[in-house]
Amino acid sequence: MSVLKISDLSIALPKGADREHAVSQCSYEIGAGEILCVVGESGSGKSMTANALMGLLPEGVRVDHGTAEFGGKDILRVSEAEQRALRGDRIAMIFQEPMTALNPLMRIGDQIAEVYEAHNRHRPAERREKALELIREVQLPDPEKIIRAYPFQLSGGQRQRAMIAMALALEPELLIADEPTTALDVTTQAQILKLILDLREKHGMAVMFITHDFGVVAEIADRVIVMRYGEIVERGTAAEVLENPQHDYTRRLLDAIPTGMVPQSVEVAKAPALEIRHLKKTYNTGGGLFREARAVRAIDDVSLTISRGEVLGLVGESGSGKSTLGRAVVRLVTPDSGSVMVGGTDMAALNDSELRAARHKVQMVFQDPYASLNPRHRVMRALTDGPIAKGVPKAQARDRARELMETVGLGADAVDRFPHEFSGGQRQRIGIARALAMDPELIIADEAVSALDVSIQAQVLDLLRDLRQRFDLSILFITHDLRVGAQLCDRIAVMQKGKLVEIGPVSEVFLNPQHDYTRTLLDAVPGGGWGQAAE
Amino acid sequence: MAIAGAILSRLLKAAITLLAIAILNFFLVHAAPGDPAAVLAGEAGAADEQMIADLRAQFGLDQPFYVQLARYVGNIVTLDLGYSFRQGQPVLELILERLPATLILTLTAFWISLVAGVALGVAASARVGKFTDTLITGTALLFYATPLYWAALMAVLVFSVQLGWLPGFGYETVGSGFGGLARALDILKHLILPALTLGLFFMAVYMRMTRASMLEVAQQDFVKTARAKGLNPATIRRRHILRNALLPVVTLAGLQAGQLVGGAVLTETVFAWPGIGRLMFESLAARDYNTILGVFLVSAAMVIVFNILTDLVYRLIDPRIGHKA
Repeated sequence: MSVLKISDLSIALPKGADREHAVSQCSYEIGAGEILCVVGESGSGKSMTANALMGLLPEGVRVDHGTAEFGGKDILRVSEAEQRALRGDRIAMIFQEPMTALNPLMRIGDQIAEVYEAHNRHRPAERREKALELIREVQLPDPEKIIRAYPFQLSGGQRQRAMIAMALALEPELLIADEPTTALDVTTQAQILKLILDLREKHGMAVMFITHDFGVVAEIADRVIVMRYGEIVERGTAAEVLENPQHDYTRRLLDAIPTGMVPQSVEVAKAPALEIRHLKKTYNTGGGLFREARAVRAIDDVSLTISRGEVLGLVGESGSGKSTLGRAVVRLVTPDSGSVMVGGTDMAALNDSELRAARHKVQMVFQDPYASLNPRHRVMRALTDGPIAKGVPKAQARDRARELMETVGLGADAVDRFPHEFSGGQRQRIGIARALAMDPELIIADEAVSALDVSIQAQVLDLLRDLRQRFDLSILFITHDLRVGAQLCDRIAVMQKGKLVEIGPVSEVFLNPQHDYTRTLLDAVPGGGWGQAAE
Repeated sequence: MAIAGAILSRLLKAAITLLAIAILNFFLVHAAPGDPAAVLAGEAGAADEQMIADLRAQFGLDQPFYVQLARYVGNIVTLDLGYSFRQGQPVLELILERLPATLILTLTAFWISLVAGVALGVAASARVGKFTDTLITGTALLFYATPLYWAALMAVLVFSVQLGWLPGFGYETVGSGFGGLARALDILKHLILPALTLGLFFMAVYMRMTRASMLEVAQQDFVKTARAKGLNPATIRRRHILRNALLPVVTLAGLQAGQLVGGAVLTETVFAWPGIGRLMFESLAARDYNTILGVFLVSAAMVIVFNILTDLVYRLIDPRIGHKA
């Protein structure tokens, strides 16, 4: 029996958008107790359908054609009041960004109880009891405390649990989850996925799960539809789609996913490009006339070496100190003690003017390709500012910039364009070219592919692999995604709470992890079982 | 207790700031050429050398600079603001006499502007782009662009001179002998025009701020969450959008509240309102050192008090403040 039946749905975008329809002529059903994964990359229109069902379409976007039958009614054409009565009661939704999806000024308990209030259920005193029950059900710690807590006092995973509690309040028949685990760490993601599976089991609700990640699909989907440019290109059971994809696009998406396959690491025994010895950095927060200071050890006595031509993957969850370590190597952060030797220079010990002269030795590729290029400067300027400051003659720097754009696959002519004329993946290529322009001894890539769609991610990883072979680059590759790390790196270092807990060749770390925390991280990778089965 | 600690810490800092302001004021006033003895003697019409010297000796103006400063600071600490040579009255007494009038006027104007400004801002943002929005924004712009003194004069002309509805100047009817409730009503009548004139300008500021802030907050993720719960639009606006949108308005209101004491000079002058603003103005013209310093100090103290109050209000609205590690 299907809970929701979407027939021939088209959603029109406002005039002047890159295409006419966000979603065109889509039909599918979700049965009771079923988890349907809607998969696609950004811009595929996968979230628009969800927004249409909730009556939360953005300004200017409207349903053009088609019906969505839910509870015997076409919910796309009911009055606003009727839609409001459905929302939160019979259809509930959870969102991608747990950090911003909760009202920062309201207590968690009040935000949950509000769902009952919106639908006039229970007396105020009972609402609190109900909220407490829900908090227990989504396994938040210390419910009595959580109910009085404000969102800023909760971690990302805890906030997502609170969101799920709200969604569950009135036992909806349909739960729409829009990329609910994308912003979370792997271990937290695994817990949230398990929670959703358990709750589906217990309440028998239908789940429409929107994601870009086939790993997640492998973990929870019963059935899958794959969307591209607003159209459904493939549909089937999870097993069918994952193991025997019919459409080219699906196959490309699946190929693009780093699987459990572990590359053979190259033996590198050359001179070290980077040598970190007993590095320490402590952040002191708070502290004032009447407040106690708190110390956070972001880097706690870390020592490691990267050989020339080696790619070292640095993995860990948010707050593990991996980014701080990267920033300490570039000296964006000054460590408290220890040394960072890059080609014979201790970056940690330089004074300001020495540092300016040595900066070019280490270059960084940042996470956000949109924010890391000055929108008012042409690419040429982005690529030549550094070398010219370093003393390279202008003409030579310009020639080099053209050559580098060729190298990263964008073409020499692209230097005269502005950043906004490029896509995210292309901008990341510019970011890489900018790093190369300084002829660095070491490149630090801080989550350099995390913000990209999987297929783009695969292309950028290919580029890095290729560059590394051609130029014998040494790279410190910081990532939270173990699958990505496995694809590119020779060795993997695992950080937890500022400490280096494990380091070794990729195959060793993945196949024979020594530390408990590494094992936890590996177990948490979504679709892990499926990846190995497919080998 | 976190809040008690915070208040204590703020008060300590406030005391130090106040002392620094007092010393700075003293230097500023004394850096200006001319002294009050000359002015007093001039006004008395007999400006012979001996009389000026006597006056100087009488008021301690012949003492070295640092002695005067030390004496001044010592007096401030004991709440002795000195004696106004010109008004023939202790400065503290003078200020306390004028302070209530100013506070009644400016606090009334402040509340009118804040409440009306926020209400209109919410109304405009709820119907953004529609006629109501255009009407509210347009009117607010008009108030904002009109010079205060002109608006004040026009208000007197229309409501007092032409229509005769309300008194055009003063704090209360002189010699009426009203007491109790009758007197309060009389003051209220006198208050309406100046408070409205002063309030309308600030109302425009709060209205614009609230409107912009509401529109911005409405775009945030948690508002979508609230809609997904099935809450009705009015509840979402009040509980989720408005509360968050008020944060920048409170910041602005706090800054403005600090100027309540000294900021109404024009209005007080036009409406002949016997407040601090006019006292300062008169003392400036007469080089009445002690009174000027006293008014400065009280204004500064008010700024500090309202800053602390703003911080406390902020703590009440935003739980994140004071909790942060």
